[in-house]
Amino acid sequence: MTTRREFLVLAAASFAVPTAAKAQLDPNLAAKRKAAYEEALGKLVGGAQVRAGKVKLQLPPLIDNGNSVPLSVAVESPMTGADHVRAIHVLTQKNPLPDVVSVHLGPRAGRAVISTRVRLADTQTVVAIAELSDGTFWSDSAEVVVTLSACLEEGLI
Amino acid sequence: MARAVVTVPAQARRGEIIEIKTLAAHAMETGFRRTQTGELIPRDIIRRFTCTYNGIEVYRVDLHPAVAANPLIAFTTIATETGTLSFQWAGDNGYTVTEIAPIRVE
Repeated sequence: MTTRREFLVLAAASFAVPTAAKAQLDPNLAAKRKAAYEEALGKLVGGAQVRAGKVKLQLPPLIDNGNSVPLSVAVESPMTGADHVRAIHVLTQKNPLPDVVSVHLGPRAGRAVISTRVRLADTQTVVAIAELSDGTFWSDSAEVVVTLSACLEEGLI
Repeated sequence: MARAVVTVPAQARRGEIIEIKTLAAHAMETGFRRTQTGELIPRDIIRRFTCTYNGIEVYRVDLHPAVAANPLIAFTTIATETGTLSFQWAGDNGYTVTEIAPIRVE
């Protein structure tokens, strides 16, 4: 029969092992993902200043299933020939690849909007960046909590 | 199979902003998943979506593996003249689908 002491030791061990195994997977994973995000951001904006505002990124704050998350971005802009949004980029900080979508549009779009569904690998910050015709960059970000991650489930082939 | 659905209003007033919804049937395999025997499943995604209005490109989206399966893209455009809206999806392994929707502008 298992004594109370043995049971407690086993219970503690069963919690400790998965954490240790996870840590051995890749200790630099967080740093690598952050570096990849910074690189992707640098490629898009090319050193220009990104200011907060004008962009509205909509995502549910709590996500049950990261495999399909409704995402929409709207940018305040008159969308005229002289003043319009040239591009909208969506980036994530902890997905295996930081890029999600890049939208290229012009005054013919009428409104600077995009609605789509995305995959999210982890609880993280999602960033939307808009490039305006005058060369300025504006952004908005959203913190999301993901309970079931995309990318974890194995293919059943 | 390669299949796509688009929703475009059949008619609109000149200058009106119309909403367009598109949905393509595609697994959007990320290239990060493994089979049960541990082999990596190769990436197979749609790379680019383009919408042209009477031959002029009005909207283009570059897609990455982080876009969910059966990608939905909803956006707007200005109804300028009677004609056709053409939608193209292009991706890995030679995937291409084209859908055409007519529109009458008054």
